[in-house]
Amino acid sequence: MRRFPAISSVIRRLKGSRTVMTCLLLLLLIAVVGIIGPLLTPHGYADTDFATRFAAPTFNELHLFGTDELGRDQFARTLLGVKVTLFVAVIASVVSLGIGVLYGATAGLFGGKIDAVMMRAVDALYALPFVFFVILLMVVFDRNFLLIFVAIGAINWLDMARIVRGQTMSLKNRAFVEAARLTGVSTAGIIWRHITPNLIGVVIVYITLTIPQAILVESFLSFLGLGVQEPQTSLGALVNTGVAHMHRAPWLLIIPAGVLALILFCFNFLGDGLRDIADPKYKV
Amino acid sequence: MSLLEISSLCIRYPGASAPAVDNLSLSIATGEALGLVGESGSGKTQTAMAVMGLLPANARTSGSIRFAGTEMLGAPPTVLNEFRACRIGMIFQDPSAALNPYLRIGDQLRRILLEHDLCSRREARERTVQMLNKVGLPDPERQYRAFPHQLSGGMRQRAMIGAALLAEPDLIIADEPTTALDVTVQAQILRLIRELRRESNTALILITHDLGVIAGNCERMQVLDGGSMVEEGATTHVFSSPRTERTRRLLAAAPRLDSIPMVEASGEEPETVLQVENVVVSFAERGGQRLTAVNRMNVRLSRGETLAVVGESGSGKTSLARAVLGLISPDSGTVSFLGRPLESHVRQRPNDVRRRLQMVFQDPMTSLNPALTIRDIVAEPLHVHEPRMTRPDIADAVARMLERVGLGAELANRFPHELSGGQAQRVAIARALIIKPSVLVCDEAVAALDGTVRQEILELLTSVQERSGLSLIFITHDIAVVRQISHRVMVMYLGRLFELADNDALFSKPGHPYTKALLNAVPIPDPAAVSRDEPLAGEVSSILNPPEGCVFHPRCRHAIASCRSSAPTPKGDRNHLVACHRASELDLSY
Repeated sequence: MRRFPAISSVIRRLKGSRTVMTCLLLLLLIAVVGIIGPLLTPHGYADTDFATRFAAPTFNELHLFGTDELGRDQFARTLLGVKVTLFVAVIASVVSLGIGVLYGATAGLFGGKIDAVMMRAVDALYALPFVFFVILLMVVFDRNFLLIFVAIGAINWLDMARIVRGQTMSLKNRAFVEAARLTGVSTAGIIWRHITPNLIGVVIVYITLTIPQAILVESFLSFLGLGVQEPQTSLGALVNTGVAHMHRAPWLLIIPAGVLALILFCFNFLGDGLRDIADPKYKV
Repeated sequence: MSLLEISSLCIRYPGASAPAVDNLSLSIATGEALGLVGESGSGKTQTAMAVMGLLPANARTSGSIRFAGTEMLGAPPTVLNEFRACRIGMIFQDPSAALNPYLRIGDQLRRILLEHDLCSRREARERTVQMLNKVGLPDPERQYRAFPHQLSGGMRQRAMIGAALLAEPDLIIADEPTTALDVTVQAQILRLIRELRRESNTALILITHDLGVIAGNCERMQVLDGGSMVEEGATTHVFSSPRTERTRRLLAAAPRLDSIPMVEASGEEPETVLQVENVVVSFAERGGQRLTAVNRMNVRLSRGETLAVVGESGSGKTSLARAVLGLISPDSGTVSFLGRPLESHVRQRPNDVRRRLQMVFQDPMTSLNPALTIRDIVAEPLHVHEPRMTRPDIADAVARMLERVGLGAELANRFPHELSGGQAQRVAIARALIIKPSVLVCDEAVAALDGTVRQEILELLTSVQERSGLSLIFITHDIAVVRQISHRVMVMYLGRLFELADNDALFSKPGHPYTKALLNAVPIPDPAAVSRDEPLAGEVSSILNPPEGCVFHPRCRHAIASCRSSAPTPKGDRNHLVACHRASELDLSY
């Protein structure tokens, strides 16, 4: 089995780009802290202590980020928020990549009737009002943590499918695809070696737009009370609480908002750098 | 007193290693015609843009451009606008890109006069219609109201020439004015420019890569290379005794009809490799119409033979080739390879047949996958057809193949965009040849290349053919190239075979009036050559709605009544077929 053609050169270029490496390491660090977080603090994210409400960040009793209006440790809650938020990001990109790219590339490559049917299905899903769709899910399946991810996943692959389809349609008529057909390369080989590598740039850019969007959608749903439910939390929900108490305890807003901004920044810079790396015309 | 005087012009772009134009000087007198010739990147278009003040904002210029005593370089737009269109007219290469698709032809042209307050609105309309008439647009009143897309390419270029001449400028700059046009239309446009110039005594700067165009139209010429001038002088003089090596190379690379073919016809009757019988290709058009691109075509190809397929746009030459290769399925008819009828689509053909028929595309940049390295591109066919070859064996084979097409091994790790056009085309040839095909179809494979590079590629192809007995189908609109490399020539027009003959026979005794017209239309790179017959009138008829009878009759000066009613079939012996009712009575030989 031959290697995926672009990968070896992509890895070489990856090592040469400082921005990309910095962002990758930072995201990795955030993710690791989020996952092993509960081990780092003696407080649970749901433990209330009414004696110490709105405590400022302090090493006393190890409330590193202070406490919230119910006296819960903000550090533990922020770590939980990071975990949930990154989980949303992973789900959004997996669904977008897995379903969106495959669906779009198939529709684009086959064209004709298959394409028409597949893309009308996408249009139909687009036409669903999103909030209504979420409420409907809640009613049918009861409140469930996972439903949020299903909902976000269901809308995220649509844009990706459209973009990939358009790109595939223009690629499949290029002379190098015909040349590959003439030399006897199979359809699978054409998709794998000739179409996909030329899609990478667009896909990466789109993924990095999708992830922040998904994170914001999650915050929005949590704000409406449709998202993550107490005592569970996400960065969006934390920011929302922080806004309510920003005069009395500004750290409740500043810290989760700063972490959220850092994550979004990292994804954006990562996307920028990855797009350049995936483009063979780009000189490192 | 010179009209335009350029002295030590330099144009640089930030980040570029070499200047685009380097210390260029030229002058042109009233009524004179100056040819600027050079290959791509020689700075000829940059010079023209500098005169018109159309350089991009990041260009750094120095030197001086004086037009009738006024400094143009760095002049503010208000000053430049005094000169643009009014005193200096410009004809661009691609008329469809230079005309605004949303404006009627007449409104676009009339605006030139109104913009400069040269006359009243009513007079502007009159003068525009007169000009459209003068540049040979039939029914100028109707063309005045037409949108650009309603005109053919040649008609659009005529309108552009009209636009350039409308304000009666002192100088016209024509940047590759005929490169995008068919050869018979090119001959008409060049003739038109000559006539109009004679009438109005307008000076002309003709920018082109085609020495044939210069030879017939310019008294003086300058040869540019890499941004600087390498030679200048009277055209006759430069052609007869070039002083620099660069000019000699350009002249040698200019294809000529009177050159000796690079290939020799073999005496014995060789084996037939490919046989095309009654092939019809058509496409569905909007509105349920069917466009018949190839109409009952019959032809065979022998081992080691080069068959050139010539025709203007819409002649069906590319459709025929694609049907042979199985990239499109013909409506009817068969293509057989070594006597075995082939499946119509390439996907249905067995691998061992598929590898025998390969193709080289027109634009090497789009036919190479930008995401793969040169090594991967050339190796791919081996992975498909030689699954038992080991990695080192494949690497070896690729290195040998690259060497054979004249590329260094160090290129193997590069990506296509890092190569020049000529190098990329060599890679495309290497990819096709590495699985040892029997037939190689070259679809305009040298059309996008500069003259000297084109010669190298042609030499490469003929040397491969000599060594391996490869058969070539060479599709081109460039008749001079045909003369050089083909054994037999097939002339197509609107999807029909007009003439099929040996190289020598076709060029000395063409049997079809259209063949003769095509040959006459080719610009000869020799200022001493006398201008031949009238160029062919009119343009290729619409393929959607071909004329009754012989499809060529509306343009044919030998047409008789029967040509209008019945379509001729190809007749003659198998070495020389002609589809013309009057083939036997006309003597068209040179």
